Amino acid sequence: MTWIDIGHIDEIPVRGARLVKTAAGCVAVFRTAEAEIFATADRCPHKGGPLSEGIVHGQKVTCPLHNWVFDLNTGAALAPEDARIATYPVRVKAGRILIDATALRRQSAA
Amino acid sequence: MKPKLVVIGAGMGSGRVLEHLTEMAPDAWDITLFNAEPRGNYNRIMLSPVLSGDKTYEEIVTHDDAWYGARNISCRFGEHVIGIDRANKRVQGQNGAVPYDKLLIATGSAPFILPVQGRDLPGVITYRDLDDTNAMIQAAARGGKAVVIGGGLLGLEAAAGLAERGMKVTVLHLMGHLMERQLDEAAGYLLRQDLERRGITVMTRASTAAILGTDRVEGVLLEDNTGLEADLVVMAVGIRPETRLATDAGIEVARGLAVNARMQSLTDPDIFAVGECVEFDGHLFGLVAPIYDQARVAARSLLGEQEAFVVRDVATKLKVTGCDLFSAGDFAEAEGREDIVFRDPARGVYKRLVIEGDRLIGAVLYGDTADGPWFFGLIRDGTDMSALRETLIFGPASQGGAQSDPLSAVAALPPEAEICGCNGICKGTIVQAIEGGATDLGAIRATTRASASCGTCTGLVEQLLQVTLGEDFQMPTVRPVCGCTDLSHEDLRRLIKARELKSQPAVWQELGWRTANGCHVCRPAVNFYLLADWPLDYRDDPQSRFVNERRHANIQKDGTYSVVPRLWGGMTTPDELRAIADAAEKYNVPTVHVTGGQRIDLLGVRGADLPAIWADLNRAGLVSGHAYAKGLRTVKTCVGKDHCRFGTQDSTGLGIRLEKRLWGSWTPHKVKMGVSGCPRNCAEATCKDVGVVCVDSGYQIGVAGAAGMDVKETERLADVASEQEAVDLVTAFVQLYRENARYLDRPYKWVAKVGLDWVKARVVEDLAERARLIAAFELSQSIYRKDPWAEHVANEAPRYAPLADLTLEAAQ
Repeated sequence: MTWIDIGHIDEIPVRGARLVKTAAGCVAVFRTAEAEIFATADRCPHKGGPLSEGIVHGQKVTCPLHNWVFDLNTGAALAPEDARIATYPVRVKAGRILIDATALRRQSAA
Repeated sequence: MKPKLVVIGAGMGSGRVLEHLTEMAPDAWDITLFNAEPRGNYNRIMLSPVLSGDKTYEEIVTHDDAWYGARNISCRFGEHVIGIDRANKRVQGQNGAVPYDKLLIATGSAPFILPVQGRDLPGVITYRDLDDTNAMIQAAARGGKAVVIGGGLLGLEAAAGLAERGMKVTVLHLMGHLMERQLDEAAGYLLRQDLERRGITVMTRASTAAILGTDRVEGVLLEDNTGLEADLVVMAVGIRPETRLATDAGIEVARGLAVNARMQSLTDPDIFAVGECVEFDGHLFGLVAPIYDQARVAARSLLGEQEAFVVRDVATKLKVTGCDLFSAGDFAEAEGREDIVFRDPARGVYKRLVIEGDRLIGAVLYGDTADGPWFFGLIRDGTDMSALRETLIFGPASQGGAQSDPLSAVAALPPEAEICGCNGICKGTIVQAIEGGATDLGAIRATTRASASCGTCTGLVEQLLQVTLGEDFQMPTVRPVCGCTDLSHEDLRRLIKARELKSQPAVWQELGWRTANGCHVCRPAVNFYLLADWPLDYRDDPQSRFVNERRHANIQKDGTYSVVPRLWGGMTTPDELRAIADAAEKYNVPTVHVTGGQRIDLLGVRGADLPAIWADLNRAGLVSGHAYAKGLRTVKTCVGKDHCRFGTQDSTGLGIRLEKRLWGSWTPHKVKMGVSGCPRNCAEATCKDVGVVCVDSGYQIGVAGAAGMDVKETERLADVASEQEAVDLVTAFVQLYRENARYLDRPYKWVAKVGLDWVKARVVEDLAERARLIAAFELSQSIYRKDPWAEHVANEAPRYAPLADLTLEAAQ
């Protein structure tokens, strides 16, 4: 694993998200409760909606275009949709958000 | 010769080391104890009861002179240590040096001081030791106002103590809820309520900009320019390990003094450390339980025995009388974890258990913490609780065969079990009523008043109906807002008003939400209801808004946005048109469209360009047209009597006046208006949400029209003679709509539900109510009548750019 610092946790609003541009495409970095961070692909597999602009509730996000709901842990869409988005390892250390660059590269090679 | 042990710091950690050491091997060491404070070891945890007056200092002393004397410990209290000379193994005190064979560093922690102006003023104190406590007691004796910066454990204990001693206390907390490291949002909300009930003001998301005063502290200034008067400021924003001596001596320090599992410095095997100054395996320590573990390990290490320190979970309890809270373990949501939540709004009880696999890993309890130690035991021991799971949340009392089916649970309740907390109605009374012929919810409310107040026991009452009537009972089909609650929009609005719920956590807790923080369906609705009903108390939450309202632009199917500046009443100028054209060129806007609402739509703007294009438009005097908002969109007008030979009144002027009054206000759904200068109706006013048609004698005001999925002509609200009355009636109508309609009902749907006569009675006939509605609207507009684009350009622009761009990372 290679951890890259992408910013401070306070740069993401609580129950909000920010975008990170990567070679593997845009990644949405979510903040749920005060200090929980998740990273997933930004693009909704349905019609390409930007998930980083969705409403974040619990550990889920709702796509702003047609209300598909994804579990941020697994990337799986909630029933009745059958879809999955990529998720990336992230961790928070002393307020800094770190993302696993190895996983991002794996994704872009695939 | 006995080996020499020097101890720096007489706190609870080193005190415990000395206890173990002198018990296990009396007289083995020649001990010297330095302490910067002019006293020995006392129970620092009990400073809060000293502050509140429940205890005296004498009662919290752990080791007195006799104790040290009996153990031949040479005490150098009130003497600062200046340096550690590791080469010659000597500790240099202010009054002379002492040689050591082994050294124990227990310097504890230092309070973190915010680097703001005025932090050195007299009257600004921290809260760490007895001197701080005495300073607070003295300040409180003079009365006045205190500001406590920091809503964590220490800050709240200070606040409660000062309030107990008669000061008027305000707590400032940077995060969204109190004690965010120990509590989740719901428990934080209950805690806040309890503190406010005892007269403490709590301000969250409050960032301190400066401490004000000339000779001594006079006040605190916040980042948002709020000013607070203060005779005393207590800084309790956090602590950091006190490691200056160690650093100066060249001992490895990360955040704290780095030690191994034997509590031995990684740099120097003759130096040991315990307490808040150490760092072990990336952990720092602030609570007493792990520090006592460290003390035992350190004492054994000094005696050459083997024991390894292990980090384990700890539980937190707040020592504020009347605030009953408990938290332990890890309660963050994460993959593979599940929550069990229990809420009892009537008693102010909240319990949340976090489960991973078959183990309980975290617990937050508020209001009823009796089961805390039991849960803590399960967490600490990693007990497999798969067999207990169904009834776990009810604590140890209910273990042993209780039912998990809610119906059988209700059936099993004794007749004297209270069902409706508001009205004190027990199960027996309700069952009697059912057997007496009250066979639906309405009838039970009418006969017993059960579930007729806050409504949160409605589910229980319905279950009783089901249990008692069996097949004869049909569950009613009110449409709930969403899966998070059983309440309808109408009940939700009513309860927010009646019970004065002024925050989202208040709604979730008091109304028994099933989810931690709502979903994409209820959050925008709750957010609107709160801001419409409590404009001064509640702040709009952008994270509970659909993307368009958060970004102040309309998202398009390709992820770009459309930008529509406001053209008041459909009027514009060559300068404005030039600015729009320049912006369209500068930002490569692919599509420029003239809308049906007499405005110009720039489509295909990239999200990252939004703040820049807004700044350009702002410079030409253009503001947001709210073309994305559930709020006032356009007021379409014709050119009226200034130009048109048929015009009867200044329709353009009235349109502009209405738009300037109403813009920026949030409404349950979008609101479109029109003003036509004569009955030829060129502004198509008779199919708007509100439409005014000018006639010779004045103004015909129509409401509840539609020209979307449904097409419907407006209904006549009233005819008035003056433009002022027209503006007043429209304002009052919009406010009544804001106060009563369900979220996402356009005015025509709402009017169809309540009836035009109901609306007329309040807006047209009852002049006092009309005046109230107008005043309430103006109050709300004092917050919301402003340009969100200018605000975002000034304050939010960085959030429109990516957090990071990793595409430039070298390909490997």
